[in-house]
Amino acid sequence: MSRRVIHPWPLRLTHWLNVVAMVVMIGSGWQIYNASPLFSFTFPFGLGQWLGAGIAWHLAGMWLLVFNGLIYIVWSFASGHYKKLFPIRPREVWSDFTGALRLNLKHEKGVYNAVQRLLYAGVLFAGVVAVLSGLSIWKPVQLWFLCNLFGGYFIARYVHFFAMTGICLFILVHLLLVALVPKVLPPMITGGRLP
Amino acid sequence: MINRRSLLLRAMALGAAAPLGGCNYEDPAHPDLADKFLHAMSAWNDRVQAALFDPHTLAPTFRADQITSPPRFNAFYGIDQVPVVDETTYKLELGGQIQNKAPWSLQQLRALPQESQITRFVCVEGWRVIGQWSGVKLSDFLRHVGADTTCKYVSFKCADGYYSSIDMASALQPQTILALDFLGQPLTAPFGAPVRLRIPTKLGFKNPKSIMYLAATNVYPGGYWEDQGYNWFSGS
Repeated sequence: MSRRVIHPWPLRLTHWLNVVAMVVMIGSGWQIYNASPLFSFTFPFGLGQWLGAGIAWHLAGMWLLVFNGLIYIVWSFASGHYKKLFPIRPREVWSDFTGALRLNLKHEKGVYNAVQRLLYAGVLFAGVVAVLSGLSIWKPVQLWFLCNLFGGYFIARYVHFFAMTGICLFILVHLLLVALVPKVLPPMITGGRLP
Repeated sequence: MINRRSLLLRAMALGAAAPLGGCNYEDPAHPDLADKFLHAMSAWNDRVQAALFDPHTLAPTFRADQITSPPRFNAFYGIDQVPVVDETTYKLELGGQIQNKAPWSLQQLRALPQESQITRFVCVEGWRVIGQWSGVKLSDFLRHVGADTTCKYVSFKCADGYYSSIDMASALQPQTILALDFLGQPLTAPFGAPVRLRIPTKLGFKNPKSIMYLAATNVYPGGYWEDQGYNWFSGS
C-alpha cells in the first residue's frame, strides 16, 4: 500500500502534528523573546499574552515537537524514507534551483528534487539544533555538557534564535512553493496516488 | 483527546491572531480549559525536572573579573519602592516542621560558617548576570535548627510581600545559601537585605529577597509568580 501513495500516512501525520508544534513553539518563542530581546527589535505578536503564558506554551509544546520529531526520525530510518533526502549535490541543487526560477522544473510525484532535498535536510538539521539549544537554555546546569556544546548559556540563546530564524525562512519558502504549485497540497492530506 | 485537539486548534488560531481571548494564563483564580492544560503540563514538567535534578551537579562558577558591574536590580516594583528592613531588630522567623523555632538575628546567622560563590543568575526573561554572594549554607542551617529534611518544600516569605518555595533536594544542594553579603559587602535593600536566598540551580525569581520567614513543610506553598503561571520548579 505505502508504495503506491505519494506521501505515506506516518509522514502526513507527523507533518501536520509538526505544523501544530511549530505554531506553538514559534508563537510562544516570540513571546519569550520579547521579554528580553537579543536584538533591537521585538516581534509584533506572540502566543500567550504575557511571558508566563508564553513559557507555559513553550514548555508544553516542546513535548509534542520532540516526540513527534522522534517518531518521524524512527519511521524515516525504519522505512528507508530518509534515502529520498540524499544525495545532496551542489551541482544538482544549482541546476534545479535555476530551473525552478525559470519555472522549468519537472515535478515528479514522490521524488524530491535537489533543492527540496537540501531544504528538507536543512530544516531537519535546524530543528535538531533548535531542540538541543533549547534544552541548553532550559537546563544549563543539569545539562551542562549540552550547554557547553553550544558555547554556554549566553551563546546558546543566539543559536536557538538563529535555528528558529532558519525554520521560519524554510516555512516561508515552503508555503510560497505550495502557493505556486497548489496541486502538491491535496496529496499531503490524502496521501495521493503514484502514477 | 477531543479537548486536546481543540486546544491545539485554538493554539494555532492564537499563533495567527494573538489578541484573541483565552489561552492567556492571566486569571489564575478562573482557569479556562487552556489554562488547565498548561497547568497540567507545568506540573508534569515539575516532575521531570525533579527527576533530572542531580544534587552532585554544581552550577558553573566564574572568575572575579567576570562579575557583572554594575549589578542589575530586578523586582516586581521599582527600585524606589524597595522596603528597608531594620537590621538591628531583624529576626528570621521559623515555622513548619522545624524543631527549634527560635528566631534568628543577623549576628547569629553571621556566626555560622560562611560560604562564598561567584555564580550566574539567570532570569526567567532570558538575561543573565554574574555576581558574588556569601552566607550560610541552607543545608547547614536546616540541620542546625532541626528541620525535617524529609519534607517536600522549603518556603519563604519576604518583607515586600513576595513569597516563594523550593523543593527539599534543591534546598540541600551545597550551593544553595542564605546570602548575607553581595559583592563582598552586606546586602543592600535593593538586592535583598538583610537575608536572601541564593540558589544558582534555579531561575532568578526562585531567589527571594529580604526573607522574614522560613519553613519546612509538606503543604505546597506556591509563590508570587508561580501562582500566576510561572513553572514552580524552574530549575536550571
